[in-house]
Amino acid sequence: MPAYTLRIRRFDPQSGEAPHWDEHTVDMPETQSVLDAILKVRDEVDGSVGIRCSCQQAICGSCGVRMNGKPGLACNTHLGEAAERGHGVGWNPPEEGQVAPVIAVEPMGNMPVIRDLIVDMDAVHWKKIRRVTPWLVNQQPVPEREYIVPHENMVDVTQTMACIQCGACVSDCLAMEVDPLFVGPAALAKAYRFVGDPRDAQHRERLQDLAEDEHGIYDCTHCFNCIDACPKGVDPMSQIMRLRRRAGSDYEIEDRNNGYRHEHAFVNNIRRNGLLHEADLLPDSYGGKFNPRAVPELIGALPTAMTALRRGKMTPKTALGHPHKAPAEVKRIFEKVEGRSGRVELNLYVTGYEDEPEATGGGQRETATAAEPNAQGRPESVGAGERQPAAESLDADAVASETGTTEGETR
Amino acid sequence: MRVAYWPGCVSRGFTPELHGSMAKVAPLLDIELIELDRAACCGAGVIAEHNQELADTLNARTFALAQRTDGELMMNICSTCQGAQSECQERLDANTEYRERVNQNLADEGLRYEKGLTNKNFLWLLVEEIGLEALRARVKRPLSNLRVGPFYGCYIVRPVDRLGIDSERPRDRYLHWVIEALGGTVIDYAGVYKCCGFPIITMNKQASLAQAGRHLGDALDAQADCLVVPCPLCHLNLDMQQPGAAKVVGRDLGMPVLHLPQLVGLALGLSPKELGMTKHIVKPTSVIDWSTAVVAGTDDTAVGARRVA
Repeated sequence: MPAYTLRIRRFDPQSGEAPHWDEHTVDMPETQSVLDAILKVRDEVDGSVGIRCSCQQAICGSCGVRMNGKPGLACNTHLGEAAERGHGVGWNPPEEGQVAPVIAVEPMGNMPVIRDLIVDMDAVHWKKIRRVTPWLVNQQPVPEREYIVPHENMVDVTQTMACIQCGACVSDCLAMEVDPLFVGPAALAKAYRFVGDPRDAQHRERLQDLAEDEHGIYDCTHCFNCIDACPKGVDPMSQIMRLRRRAGSDYEIEDRNNGYRHEHAFVNNIRRNGLLHEADLLPDSYGGKFNPRAVPELIGALPTAMTALRRGKMTPKTALGHPHKAPAEVKRIFEKVEGRSGRVELNLYVTGYEDEPEATGGGQRETATAAEPNAQGRPESVGAGERQPAAESLDADAVASETGTTEGETR
Repeated sequence: MRVAYWPGCVSRGFTPELHGSMAKVAPLLDIELIELDRAACCGAGVIAEHNQELADTLNARTFALAQRTDGELMMNICSTCQGAQSECQERLDANTEYRERVNQNLADEGLRYEKGLTNKNFLWLLVEEIGLEALRARVKRPLSNLRVGPFYGCYIVRPVDRLGIDSERPRDRYLHWVIEALGGTVIDYAGVYKCCGFPIITMNKQASLAQAGRHLGDALDAQADCLVVPCPLCHLNLDMQQPGAAKVVGRDLGMPVLHLPQLVGLALGLSPKELGMTKHIVKPTSVIDWSTAVVAGTDDTAVGARRVA
């Protein structure tokens, strides 16, 4: 049986003493969980180790901790797997001369520590969840019988519904690290759960609110930490991007944070130039060179621009001119794809991968995507249904007919 | 080896020294670059956020152009391109119907993406194709006593599964390995795998520059001489925006930031000027001092003295 060195970070803020690490050697099979090891230490060696846990089956979400630097549930992380996790993002070779593989367990980040491995979820996580109105706001009048929700709409929000509120994504959110007011990955994924639900009456209000909040959807820095942190495959960052897509394209909400303007400036920049022309992107993201919002930014950027010109990083031509022009083929792609009434979105969480029939999780069917407008007729599309027997043929038709129409238009 | 080469946008825009240094370094490593000069921006995640199919089509087009060449694989020099393109490729490769749909968008041009392209960042290519031993053998001026902090950039290390990082290919250690193979000293600091903040520079400048400033400050505290990045967007926030970042975090920074090909080129015997380091906003004084000292044969006293001071 392999031996592991379990290094537990101990801290009691009430004690006035600094945090320290306790080390214990545990002899356990590599397929036992980190939680099993912590509980063994607590039961047999030191009863004062603070850990919150309940179901031990990755359902209740209470045992979120960081193991060798990575957040996750202690109950569904094998000792063998945790030992292989480095302080990097993935795998780390064992240090030379190391006797037993070390598993360092510490409390999650971005939340205050109550004691040892227990963090204050109320102070951060739950407060942010409450911030996004985490309940359905009924459309009025309420129907006499039940709401009828199209299957694909429910499938669309299944991914966000998989969240068990463990806080692992919050723990390692890099935007929150510098901006503690950021609404954050868990709460924004929760927001999409309602924005994607056709029964909810406040899609626009929700999106407007989260787009206008300077710590809202446009505060995410695309760092992907929440995607790797989530033990349930919720992909919070992808849900944030979907919120942006809804806000920017379906509702055209021009927020005060430049989120909408930046996205559109970027897309138009590529449509025009094929390659990104940075000198235009900055002013355009603030509403254009002559926009009052852009002026202080441009003036602020002047000293750097002068240095860049002096050192040859920029030339007057690259700063003012447009060295690239998009080839006609690229322009045609923009016309073709953007000219369609529906957007196509392939969600691999729903459709799965063709080559991995043995993969676990949601529907693994070989399906394409449906490009149908949803219940409100808005141009949003979803991944095709899991466990939907007729999905293949249905979706194939949808794809074929839509492609046909578009080609007709282009000709 | 011949590779279909995707330089990205920024390496030909605001970080021209990246494209330039790659062009100088490639022949020294026997890499023949077939530039994909008609391909378009990868979208940097922003086009995908706007319209996923549009981003997937633009990248499928780039992949198809790469497959038309006789290059062994496609190579990029930008973490953001790597991440954005890997994301699109994951969708294209996962689903035949979707791939066909996207290919129909390319049909007018007579292009077609066939599943299974290999697309590697220069960093991956260095380790997996060229090999650290071969790289070590080509080093002319080992980076002895140069203290280098690796800064990977988010898009090249996360999500772990999509980027193929596992015990067989620990790609999240490659930058460490390359620095060591070039004879440099790896500096461990808190920011190695963190975000430079660039994606939100126009939306939340304060938070964006606080990220850049914090990592630069951490590297400074760990006594790094410079950082090295495989991503020009990180370079924009860490170098070009460094004066602003210094104001946000309220401390002097002055931390030189090198592009990966610049660091490699330095060890392969090219001079800082040839590698375009004089174009940086933050003067890479410590690196130039190091280079001067090495060339003059006066070992590292210049750098050592500066660090102590």
